[in-house]
Amino acid sequence: MRIIGISIAVAGLLANPLAAEPVAPNDVKYEDGVVSASLTGVPGDPANGRDVFKNRKQGNCLACHVNADMPEESFHGEVGPEMTGVADRWEAQELRAIVANSKMVFEDSIMPAFYKDTGFERTLEKFEGQSILTAQQVEDVIAYLQTLTE
Amino acid sequence: MKAIKVLVSTACFMGMAVSTHADETAALSIEGQDFTIQAAAPAHAENLDEVTSGWIYRARETQALQLDDFDNPGFVFVDQAIDSWNEVDGTEDKSCASCHENVEDFAGLRTTLPRVEDGKVVTMEDLVNSCRTEQMGAEPWKYSGAQMIGMTALIGLQSRGLPMNVAIDGEAAEFWEQGKELYYTRVGQLDMSCSNCHEDNYDTMIRADHLSQGQTNGFPTYRLKNAKLNSTHGRFKGCMKNIRAQPYKVGGDEFKSLELYIASRGQGLSVETPSVRN
Ligand code: HEC
Ligand code: HEC
Ligand code: HEC
Repeated sequence: MRIIGISIAVAGLLANPLAAEPVAPNDVKYEDGVVSASLTGVPGDPANGRDVFKNRKQGNCLACHVNADMPEESFHGEVGPEMTGVADRWEAQELRAIVANSKMVFEDSIMPAFYKDTGFERTLEKFEGQSILTAQQVEDVIAYLQTLTE
Repeated sequence: MKAIKVLVSTACFMGMAVSTHADETAALSIEGQDFTIQAAAPAHAENLDEVTSGWIYRARETQALQLDDFDNPGFVFVDQAIDSWNEVDGTEDKSCASCHENVEDFAGLRTTLPRVEDGKVVTMEDLVNSCRTEQMGAEPWKYSGAQMIGMTALIGLQSRGLPMNVAIDGEAAEFWEQGKELYYTRVGQLDMSCSNCHEDNYDTMIRADHLSQGQTNGFPTYRLKNAKLNSTHGRFKGCMKNIRAQPYKVGGDEFKSLELYIASRGQGLSVETPSVRN
């Protein structure tokens, strides 16, 4: 059973012509607060991006941002700006830079860099060498943020 | 159509939003004794105007538990510590009570700790363990174990209501500087410093948590989360793990320096030991 499951997954992966290697965190090109190219080449999935946004073990963006699109969640943090209308304020390419590494856009921000895997001090062993989100999760979050128009 | 949808979702959201800012008028008084929970910041906490107790930011129900010692679950552990105060242990057949007639004689001690002596930061835990090993011939207690935390709560309680007043000059200065450095250093995969949350964003909600200044005047603290008393270093460790950082060693030099620095940021706040937090 298990073996069949895995081979189906592998077949699924191979069948997807768009699935190239994602851009590695250190290779992301930040130009004036913009990351032009998709990190994966695969269009982001806004529904998954919404889950990543609220999941405490993934983006946990809700820890810091009020998001009126999620009235079902009872606790919204207020450390950063509200997300209402964020798609009107920023282009996708800017959002990619903000989510991948906010410090490239907002100097000394408290907001974590979600696609960065080196250059941290004393990272807990189990997170060593990893980024908080995968490249595809970043793309999914960006696709979701683009739905937040006013 | 769209405008209506937005309005509806905003309304739902506002319905569940909690009022998050601290009640500036709340006053802490326990058994007729008034506590200083807000004071002008000391000059060496240069980025703060005022220093505030963590009690201010807790929910009403949590706050209420600290108003009466009978309701304060921390006192269960203080009572256990009174037993261990009288318990004979070690090769010298002595208890704390054999030498220290009355634990009340320790009034004021908590406000001055940690202190620096002979080139080392000395914490309450160090003082207790040095009596255990050197005076009693007993095994030291685990630095942040239940017996130790209980005893530091019992001794700390004797200073309740008195203002924090640690020395940061002279021999203490270099350790204070180290603690300050640690306080402002970003660590972990989330790449944050203590100051990011407790200085830049206190009185702000971070998801379900209302951020305080991260003061230590209430420690050991009874937490509803784990239903026991929690040590200062235990809390530091928890905050570091939350930002996915490898914590420094509990009872080690880094946390002792950090403890000294943070205690100095709370200069003037009343000792609240044992306080109640969520
Ligand atoms: C620990 C706090 C924190 C977390 C967690 C956090 N942010 Fe932020 N974010 C901020 C702050 C603060 C700002 C404002 C910029 C600044 O001053 O640093 C910001 C700014 C932004 C902006 C620009 C908003 C605007 O209107 O200008 C976007 C978009 C954003 N964050 C998205 C996210 C997403 C998506 C996540 C999760 C994947 C996230 N944030 C997680 C604190 C946070
Ligand atoms: C055999 C005697 C003896 C016993 C038993 C003893 N102590 Fe002590 N303790 C002392 C002496 C003497 C000092 C003062 C040491 C000094 O000032 O250098 C002291 C100092 C202290 C101090 C520091 C006071 C200060 O102002 O710096 C604390 C706290 C303390 N003891 C707690 C305890 C506790 C808790 C126990 C039991 C677990 C205990 N002691 C058992 C003799 C004892
Ligand atoms: C991501 C945010 C964040 C960071 C970074 C952080 N803390 Fe905390 N800390 C909290 C939260 C949330 C609480 C519980 C609510 C409160 O009291 O602020 C807390 C509580 C505390 C408390 C207890 C305060 C009380 O009155 O009971 C202390 C002490 C503390 N933190 C110290 C530290 C230290 C030292 C560091 C750095 C090593 C640190 N914190 C880093 C979020 C943080």
